[in-house]
Amino acid sequence: MFNVINKLTQTFGPSGNEKKVADLIRDLLKNKVDEIKTDVLGNLICIKKGSGKKIMLAAHMDEIGIIVSYIDKNGFLRFSNVGGLDPFVILGKRVIFENGTMGVIWYEENIDEIKNIKLEKMYIDIAAKSKEDAEKLVNVGDMAVFEADTTLQNGRIISKALDNRIGCAVLVQAALNQSETENEIYYVFTAQEEVGLRGAGPAAYGLLPDMALAIDVTATGDTPECKPMPVKLGAGPAIKIKDRSVIAHPEVKDRLIKCAIENNIPHQFEILTQGGTDAGSIHTTAGGIPSGGIAIPTRNIHNSAEIVDMKDVENTVKLIEAFISQ
Amino acid sequence: MKEALENLKKLTALDGVSGEEKPVRDYIISKITDHVDDYYVDNIGNLITYKKGTGNGPKVMLDAHMDEVGLLITLINSDGLLKFRTIGGIEDRVLVGKRVRIGENRVPGIIGFKPLHLQSSKERKGTVDKKQLTIDIGAKDKEQAASKVEIGDLAAFAYDPVEFGDNKLMAKALDDRVGCAVLIELLKHKYECDIYGCFTVQEEIGLKGAKTSTFQVKPDIALVLEGTTCYDVPDTKEYGMSTVCGKGPALTVMDRTVIADRDLLRHITKTAELNGIPYQFKQTITGGTNAGKIQTGGTGAKVAVIALPCRYIHSPVSVMDINDFENMIKLSKKVLETLPASITLYREQGGKEYV
Repeated sequence: MFNVINKLTQTFGPSGNEKKVADLIRDLLKNKVDEIKTDVLGNLICIKKGSGKKIMLAAHMDEIGIIVSYIDKNGFLRFSNVGGLDPFVILGKRVIFENGTMGVIWYEENIDEIKNIKLEKMYIDIAAKSKEDAEKLVNVGDMAVFEADTTLQNGRIISKALDNRIGCAVLVQAALNQSETENEIYYVFTAQEEVGLRGAGPAAYGLLPDMALAIDVTATGDTPECKPMPVKLGAGPAIKIKDRSVIAHPEVKDRLIKCAIENNIPHQFEILTQGGTDAGSIHTTAGGIPSGGIAIPTRNIHNSAEIVDMKDVENTVKLIEAFISQ
Repeated sequence: MKEALENLKKLTALDGVSGEEKPVRDYIISKITDHVDDYYVDNIGNLITYKKGTGNGPKVMLDAHMDEVGLLITLINSDGLLKFRTIGGIEDRVLVGKRVRIGENRVPGIIGFKPLHLQSSKERKGTVDKKQLTIDIGAKDKEQAASKVEIGDLAAFAYDPVEFGDNKLMAKALDDRVGCAVLIELLKHKYECDIYGCFTVQEEIGLKGAKTSTFQVKPDIALVLEGTTCYDVPDTKEYGMSTVCGKGPALTVMDRTVIADRDLLRHITKTAELNGIPYQFKQTITGGTNAGKIQTGGTGAKVAVIALPCRYIHSPVSVMDINDFENMIKLSKKVLETLPASITLYREQGGKEYV
């Protein structure tokens, strides 16, 4: 499974530019499901036909990144954020564009105090010698993502874009395992989650499932002096109770808990005070769709080196399989 | 083109604060009836027009919002002065000393403030809070004021359009009468695709009209025609300018509400380049448009925004370049004429594909 995770995290795909990730997943699931289609927004929809309940499983393909807003005469790029970016986190980081152009993020050094740093005071150096030079490599409007590799160490993965390629990997694995079920399963890889849960709603509107689960990452409260949160790395998938975008539907939540207990899958509960998931836009789609979520505990979310535990990843796959077979 | 500019001027002379767009809508209806196959006004007040295409193509929605920012009368004081709140984003500082027209009868008023002579030195340096401001309609008392205006009346800025300088136009409500004027012009021509021209309401208070128009039209592709921020005036570093007046219509790659569809955006830039029409990218990601609602309505649509740079937007008077306006019409028209060929679409029903 690490191989698939590695491929997924290293594929370029900031919000609105998910095509490469979609192509990779399409390739992985070719002939493993009954139907694969892409909708107008770029959501990849993989369908396993069935006569029972229609269950939608959503994992977003897009990752956070930056967008070039201006190229100055010396070839430096000004930029804005695509999704949530902390200026401190990106300082000194490498970013990479779709065509492979590498850049380094730095800042205007004459600011009074480093705590006053803002994205407007930062720029990207792509080693260009002039504006003309830079324009051969990038254009205004081009997006870039973190450049960082994916490492498996001590049963845990350190990588960029685990938010939410790890969710994609889990869904891909669940689809490949082809567990016995009469239910109709929609494995949906969504677009533009990081900029406001934009892809999942239209996908759900087209499918009108009986229930939906969002598979995404969640923060942990197990690092030195961090904000209090009960979720721990390695303690199992976190069943969503609520986040800022959704309160999990009680039937969906209870079904998840029941599946976890019956199958001896370690689990914990997610109450996220910041951030939302695709379930937020799915549950208010059309006449309303009962929705919940499973979150994979992840450290350093929205950083170039996020960390997940493989045991949590494997248990998330198990929990999904139990959920859809019921 | 001359007619389009005439339409724009007439449109900016009308009042249509969010929620009361009727004068603008009536004018538009009078201009489009001969050019569309069908039209109707929906419950929220959107004007939805339909123009059958000459061939098979995706269903295309064109959106321009009719409403403008303005004021809402909330209270009539005992001295006959009117308290108000703002409708849409208006900075308190631009209100002082401005002329307004209130309600259907366009009752003239002025937003008054304590004169300089009577202000303390502290007051002179400080900023203005709209709570300190009132509208003076020249009434002697509450009773007289109440005979002319009612609580809940909407007030629009009262500045008529003036052509000036190097092919520039100053007018109120360029956001988004510009889009309305462009859309009227576009509806005069025939296209291969079916066109739904939507003149929407209540954009300025949260993209409300587009939500219902999208639900009715269910477009495959949408072009949003807008007026956008422009800040090419002194004290701005070049990288902080969102757009530059006179450098052509502006295309949005990303803003607060939308990331434009890549294929559609590429189609627009390619069309501009092929036809020698200048264009620019909006260089900031602030602000939002109806595109945000249209993109995620129903099963989703491919969207892009073509916008006219307007200096001093959301103030009583904004400024635009007439060449930009003409180029916006040219570009949008060419984009529509050549639309079906380069866009691939998948639809939910059986993944039917348009090429």
